[in-house]
Amino acid sequence: MNAPQLNPLYRARKRQNVVLLFISCLALAFGLFWLIWILGTLFYEGGAALLRAQFYYRMTPPPGEDGGLANAIAGSLLLLTAATLIGTPAGILAGTYLAEYGKKSWLASATRFLNDVLLSAPSIVIGLFVYSVYVAHVRHFSGWAGAIALALIVVPVVVRTTDDMLKLVPNSLREAAVALGCPTWKMIVLVSYRAARTGILTGVLLALARISGETAPLLFTALNNQFWSLDLNRPMSNLPTVIFQFAMSPYADWHRLAWGGAALITLAVLGLNIVARVLFAKKD
Amino acid sequence: MSAVLPISESASTDEIARATPPRPRAPRLASWGDVLFENLTRLFAVLVFGLLAAILISLLIGSQLTLAKYGPSFLWNAQWDPVQENFGALVPIYGTLVTSLIAMLIGVPVSFGIALFLTELSPTWLKRPLGTAIELLAAIPSIIYGMWGLFVFAPIFQTHLQPALIESFGSIPGLARLFAGPPLGIGMLTAGLILSIMVIPFITAVMRDVFEIVPPLLKESAYGLGATTWEVMWRVVLPYTKVGVIGGIMLGLGRALGETMAVTFVIGNAHQLAASLMAPGNSIASALANEFTEAVGDLYFSSLIELGLILFLITTIVLAFSKLLLMRLARHEGTRT
Repeated sequence: MNAPQLNPLYRARKRQNVVLLFISCLALAFGLFWLIWILGTLFYEGGAALLRAQFYYRMTPPPGEDGGLANAIAGSLLLLTAATLIGTPAGILAGTYLAEYGKKSWLASATRFLNDVLLSAPSIVIGLFVYSVYVAHVRHFSGWAGAIALALIVVPVVVRTTDDMLKLVPNSLREAAVALGCPTWKMIVLVSYRAARTGILTGVLLALARISGETAPLLFTALNNQFWSLDLNRPMSNLPTVIFQFAMSPYADWHRLAWGGAALITLAVLGLNIVARVLFAKKD
Repeated sequence: MSAVLPISESASTDEIARATPPRPRAPRLASWGDVLFENLTRLFAVLVFGLLAAILISLLIGSQLTLAKYGPSFLWNAQWDPVQENFGALVPIYGTLVTSLIAMLIGVPVSFGIALFLTELSPTWLKRPLGTAIELLAAIPSIIYGMWGLFVFAPIFQTHLQPALIESFGSIPGLARLFAGPPLGIGMLTAGLILSIMVIPFITAVMRDVFEIVPPLLKESAYGLGATTWEVMWRVVLPYTKVGVIGGIMLGLGRALGETMAVTFVIGNAHQLAASLMAPGNSIASALANEFTEAVGDLYFSSLIELGLILFLITTIVLAFSKLLLMRLARHEGTRT
């Protein structure tokens, strides 16, 4: 009992251990500190704007006038819906191929690899891509271009989760269906999808959360629109670009609206994340 | 079981008839739907497979003009002059690399500390809420980081931290150049700091996952020999998982390089090459975000697209490298004990 306490080497190691573990706690505190600071400011600055009814029904105002973000909110909802409707089926089908047909073939392995690269690819490059293949050809910015750009961000997320979740479905379920005389496609649609449904839905929700705040790909595609417009063939107002424009402006009224929009987006994103987690946790 | 039951409910009479012995349906007919479904799913898989190549080709076509005019010298030309139509990518490339480097220098040790806390120190009941809280940092949209950085962080940074930094490092030879100039609040250092917060959740998540696959036997052996928690972490867990850890760092780097909105708000958007980290600069992504819709003239446009191409190539290489490392780790997972 006495020896270790007298041994200077042992004491030094122990001290080093305590100091470094304390630093590790500080690292965690560092991470949480920013989270609390950012969320705190956001709701402190944006909370008041969120509570005013006209925030939701008035249009984006010219500088110096009072208004709301109705057109931006509607535009964002429309873009998100369109992007999810385009991206989800495409992602689920590609993910189905990887998990159910391709498995370990070279095409499936290579696609998985490229998909994971796409998953973290800079979203601004996706915007540039959609600009060059779509906007430059039709010669005008449009809601559709924005929806396509966002859909391209949805796809890799959904592919990845569909692939992972279908791989978790026990093979005995598939074998049981096939033994009953079920064709493969029916087995996938009625058995695999049903068993993996919560997981796939979680993936879609996370993808939706990811694109809700995406700004960069919309700058060159959907652009912005000061007026109420639900026409996807015309430039479309959306929350992220309005926040960008208003926050970069010198006007205090615009700043207030930008904070409100930022708080709204963050609430939506955090809400979606929490719902996805709860759904997924229930499955376990 | 519950997942199987609904099938029998929804089975049509047609299917039941198919299964009855007297008149079995020819297998050729049954596989018609299969061929269609398999090829449909394959089509979408091929589309995903080709997407990266399609992006690359479209950017190459878009930047043809600049590629032909400047060739590789575009990479080290520090001019960016839309009026004289003389464009070079050195300033944005420099800004992108410097901000990402700052982000890594801060983000990697902090992520390691957080992962260490979450795997070794945290009581079990706290692991999940704390892990989720750190993951939420990744859920906050980047435009929020940018806005917060510009309105809240930059002023505080300017009045409190930057003068202190200039004072303490300004007199040390070598470092003095990095911390020279007036405290502006915005600039490359601010952008790097905000990026470091943004990459923490990504690196932490990978580190935590790879630390958790270390066989308990290894750690227990080290503890049994009298190693402290830190020594187990540094000498056993880290060497065992180094491939995965590097993969995680690369993933974070890929994110930092391509981050757009947060950087655009705080980097200052100045096309100038400054040695000082306090000075405003520009990154590839923020140059694109700021100038693309306002670009006039084919050459200007094409130069911006070439910037996008450079960003795309850098991030793709970094991310592919990260993925390869993580795949190597996953392969070894089953074989090494």
